[in-house]
Amino acid sequence: MPEALYQIRGLTKRYGTRTVLEDLDFDIYRGECLVILGRSGSGKSVTLRQLNGLEKPEAGSVELDGTDLTRLSERELFPIRRRIAMLFQGGALFDSMNVFDNVAFPLREHTEKPEAEIAETVRHKLSQVRLKDKDVEPKMPSDLSGGMKKRVALARSLALDPEVVLFDEPTTGLDPITSATIGKLMSSIQKDLGVTSVVVTHDIPLARRVGDRIALLADGRFCFLGSWAEAEDSNDPRLRDFLAGREEDEENAA
Amino acid sequence: MKPRDIAARTGDLGILTARAFLAMIAPPYEIGEWVRQMEQIGVRSLGVAGITTIFTGMVLALQTALSLPTLGIKYYIGSVVSKSLVRELGPVLTALIVGGRIGAGMTAEIGTMKVTEQIDALRSMAADPVKKLVAPKLVATLVMLPALTVIGDALGILGGLIVATGTLNLTPGLYLNDVWDTLKLGDVFSGVAKSFFFAYFIAIIGCHNGLHTTGGADGVGRATTNTVVLAAILVLVSDFFLTKLFYILFST
Ligand SMILES: Nc1ncnc2c1ncn2[C@@H]1O[C@H](COP(=O)(O)OP(=O)(O)OP(=O)(O)O)[C@@H](O)[C@H]1O
Ligand SMILES: [Mg+2]
Repeated sequence: MPEALYQIRGLTKRYGTRTVLEDLDFDIYRGECLVILGRSGSGKSVTLRQLNGLEKPEAGSVELDGTDLTRLSERELFPIRRRIAMLFQGGALFDSMNVFDNVAFPLREHTEKPEAEIAETVRHKLSQVRLKDKDVEPKMPSDLSGGMKKRVALARSLALDPEVVLFDEPTTGLDPITSATIGKLMSSIQKDLGVTSVVVTHDIPLARRVGDRIALLADGRFCFLGSWAEAEDSNDPRLRDFLAGREEDEENAA
Repeated sequence: MKPRDIAARTGDLGILTARAFLAMIAPPYEIGEWVRQMEQIGVRSLGVAGITTIFTGMVLALQTALSLPTLGIKYYIGSVVSKSLVRELGPVLTALIVGGRIGAGMTAEIGTMKVTEQIDALRSMAADPVKKLVAPKLVATLVMLPALTVIGDALGILGGLIVATGTLNLTPGLYLNDVWDTLKLGDVFSGVAKSFFFAYFIAIIGCHNGLHTTGGADGVGRATTNTVVLAAILVLVSDFFLTKLFYILFST
């Protein structure tokens, strides 16, 4: 049995009267890549936001190495968040900074490295997401395409060599070739650096490539959580529909 | 707003104030950002602040002379213009005009960052939005609004001089002597002290509304409007109480 890095128990999150996550229990193992699938609006992004304490749940606990994040204050969460990188669904690049400064931000914030070394790291991270071109560095986020923003955000999230990465749709809006590169990068940081990752995606080829286990979120819970082999054997209709890309109603009618 | 909302909001503002002042005094200092904000808030507001007070000074001179022509009041125009500007109109008008501009700017900037998850991105990278965004804006406003007020006062008095010499046939010496004789240090002090309070209200409301923006681009628009209105009301209402307070403190 692999060792659990995260232990999530009874996680419940509501917005007003709408319950998005209900009594969710799961573990995330050290060094694994857990892929979260689910329909739009099912609460995937909300789940990720619990894993670095950006939002507090109404009930339940999120333990990382035995520390319950839900009980920590914002200040107490800071040292923990340095170990956890997050890629936001919309990129969330800082509008007021150019590409270079965006990627350099976490380095300047949390390391004492001299500028020359920072520049080297920034270039390396940008080249990892296929942004080698030097004239991309001074560009402002508003001048980038959607896919480029995603990749800059990815580079920024990896700048500090995190232990845990939380990726919200890393390949949405990217062409298949760039997606494949990102997939390769994600596998390599996991295999080579032992990074634990949680990936929300609709990209099934990516999920197959990087996912050690997959989870399907529906009605506030995981209706499936297991390895790909188990997923193939599962006869949960929602999972089968999801992987086959079928409409639910079709199945129900049959 | 219900009384409970007002109480909750006042509490929020108090917490934000405490956090912002703590972030302001605790190193490391974001000097670069402070300077950038001072330029943004102060230097770029110089034009509107100057135009506002210079014309106010001119109008004050003109109205005084026209409304009370018989009493030889024009020899006291310097007093009237400088007293009303320095004690009252300079700080208040500057706060209203400049405050609307910079308060709205703060809410729009921070609010946009909020709805596009940039605030969350800061938090996720273990950077404190209050330290990064609020504190520099508060520092810059606390420095620049009083500075703009003093410059505005001077320009307003200059405006009065233009009218006094140009249309009312006073000599510059007569006007300026009158200004010099009536204006007390206490007048200047109470005016500048007021503008410190106004600066605080404007910055804290601008930032607070930004940080609590929800609902996309629409939400940013609503929050921005709310800042302009609320900041103006707070400036005008607090002005009354501050005037009373300073009167008690400095009347002796
Ligand atoms: N801050 C919030 N306030 C109110 N409701 C929210 C908030 N954040 C999320 N929700 C609601 O929670 C539900 C789940 O949102 P979430 O963003 O997690 O969906 P998702 O699974 O990531 O969908 P997508 O694939 O489209 O990104 C949605 O119904 C959304 O409206
Ligand atoms: Mg989402």
